Amino acid sequence: MEFKVPTMAELMAAGEEPEILFWVGCAGSYDERAQKITRDICKILHHVGIKYAVLGTEESCTGDPAKRAGNEFLFQMQAMTNIEVLNAYNIKKIVTGCPHCFNTIKNEYPGLGGTYEVIHHTQLIQDLINEGKLKAEGGESFKGKKITYHDPCYLGRGNGIYEAPRKALEVLDAQLVEMKRCKSNGLCCGAGGAQMFKEPEKGNKDINVERIDEALETSPQFIAAGCPFCMTMLSDGIKLKDKEQEVKVLDIAEITARANGL
Amino acid sequence: MVAQIIFLVLTLAAIALFTVNLRKIIRNIRLGKPVDRRDQPQKRLMTMLRVAFGQSKMVVRPIPAFLHFFVYIGFIIINIEVLEIMIDGLFGTHRIFNGLGSLYNFLIGSFEILAFTVWVSCAIFLVRRNILKLKRFSGVEMKSWPKSDANYILITEILLMSAFLLMNAADAKLQLLGASHYVNAGAFPVSQYLINILPSTEKALVIIERSCWWFHIVGILAFLNYLPYSKHFHILFAFPNTYFSNLEPKGEFTNMASVTNEVKAMLDPSYVPAETEPGKFGAKDVTDLSWVNLMNAYTCTECGRCTSVCPANITGKLLSPRKIMMDTRDRITEVGQNIDKHGAEHQDGKALLDDYITREEIWACTSCNACVEACPVNIDPLQIIMELRRYAVMEESQAPGSINAMLGNIENNQAPWKYSPADRFNWAQES
Repeated sequence: MEFKVPTMAELMAAGEEPEILFWVGCAGSYDERAQKITRDICKILHHVGIKYAVLGTEESCTGDPAKRAGNEFLFQMQAMTNIEVLNAYNIKKIVTGCPHCFNTIKNEYPGLGGTYEVIHHTQLIQDLINEGKLKAEGGESFKGKKITYHDPCYLGRGNGIYEAPRKALEVLDAQLVEMKRCKSNGLCCGAGGAQMFKEPEKGNKDINVERIDEALETSPQFIAAGCPFCMTMLSDGIKLKDKEQEVKVLDIAEITARANGL
Repeated sequence: MVAQIIFLVLTLAAIALFTVNLRKIIRNIRLGKPVDRRDQPQKRLMTMLRVAFGQSKMVVRPIPAFLHFFVYIGFIIINIEVLEIMIDGLFGTHRIFNGLGSLYNFLIGSFEILAFTVWVSCAIFLVRRNILKLKRFSGVEMKSWPKSDANYILITEILLMSAFLLMNAADAKLQLLGASHYVNAGAFPVSQYLINILPSTEKALVIIERSCWWFHIVGILAFLNYLPYSKHFHILFAFPNTYFSNLEPKGEFTNMASVTNEVKAMLDPSYVPAETEPGKFGAKDVTDLSWVNLMNAYTCTECGRCTSVCPANITGKLLSPRKIMMDTRDRITEVGQNIDKHGAEHQDGKALLDDYITREEIWACTSCNACVEACPVNIDPLQIIMELRRYAVMEESQAPGSINAMLGNIENNQAPWKYSPADRFNWAQES
């Protein structure tokens, strides 16, 4: 990367505190496709000049997949260890790159002693656009391009956030098309509830294929996502349909970074 | 006089029987684990008014919402007529409220129009279920009793409304004939069209009017006692069910206090755990679920909106959120019957998990909350699925192999995949 991503340990050593902590998440840290999204979120933060930091190697799984799989022990072990780290750094505000991390830290950590202001990166982008700090200029033009947005369950139904990601796309002057099942009626990509880590049960279709079929009905040029797990499921679906050339699956952070030439 | 006594005895018997059965259901619900849902009473009241009273979640599907609205309004408003029937029955009067004059005419006229719309809506519902065979009303859980239950309800409502209209028609014709006891009262915008098909002798008309009157009221009392055995119980439980429904974000799952204690003790040896009841983790049987889960089960009217939006079910998996609720209700009913027959200590060796709900079903869930969102009365099938998973994982260590591998990775590498924690920040090294 062209700039150095600051860590909490470094800031602390320099006697400084960031405005916001960027919680990267496991997928954002290790999954090659999601790493690109992580770097684009950093580019956006760097571009607008917000003082931010990441935990780096001090970050750990939030415990979300353990909790959804029914292992409350492991979840709370993870949660309490993370809360200890976050509280030790006196963290006040967190932006996450993943709706699952977002939901867990925002809703399930307070009861265990970790209360923070938590936002998802699409909300951060919306805020920056509203504040005039971020526009869609200096980069790739999405004007008139057909984009359909897939609602991640833990952002949409789970936390009622439907507008922020759409606002982030509206600024592109693109042509937003909704799938038949969208917003509160949106269809899951198939990865939630720890499904990401196992083979699906016996059935007649994979859930991500069902979703991709629906997305392709809108004949989009781009499918916008806001979750690294959705990203995997939707990209796999596009590959399976052999549409990789015609349709790109991009995270909203990637679209924003591209539109701003970051 | 004899008629009045018969009426009194029938009414009291019906109310007594209903009370006995209702109390049994409430006792069964109380077998569930405690959960405090007394917070935010104002918000709860608003939720109930909006979702149950105002039917706000029905509008997603406009056609059934429209038809259901007629049946719902008909049910509520026609109950005013039942009040008059009760008083007439007890005191041997006839149309006691006729002193209200033009207001009475307006009321009876409205009841007639509502009765007609209820009749038509129920007929359309029957067609949707039995002739158009809408997919939402089929499925493995919708065989035998649940299928008949739905038809019995619709046919009963049609019969009750027919009796009401025929009674009014006979009454109107008797009024025209100037029969004694039949005061000139009421407006008959619908039943006036039935007058011509009725016989013209006073005696025959009185027989028809009385038979319909008795059929209507005895039918209502019988229907009241059918409710505790039927999915139709939602007409009562929709209200408390929405009042006590979850007000937190749907993505938030409860943190188990019993686990918090143990984890705190593990992380900090000096920690003195708070007093908590020892018990199992998660749910194997219905009595391990919360009372709200059990009330949910009694409230379910098996409409299938949950199953029709479930990504697992849509793609042919075994999981059906509606079946989760129906299984829970069937099992808690069975547990209740065991208590009635053999006493509270009796164990029948059966459980919700495995005897009713299979592992294949609970592991197919993506926890996407589509079922919870779709339910018009705020039932939460996801919570039951999660409690069953908690039991399978924490009490039995019985999870699919790949799930166990993922859990092992989190434990050892602090990530669900097998990567080294030292590599977590490598993403920043590339461009």
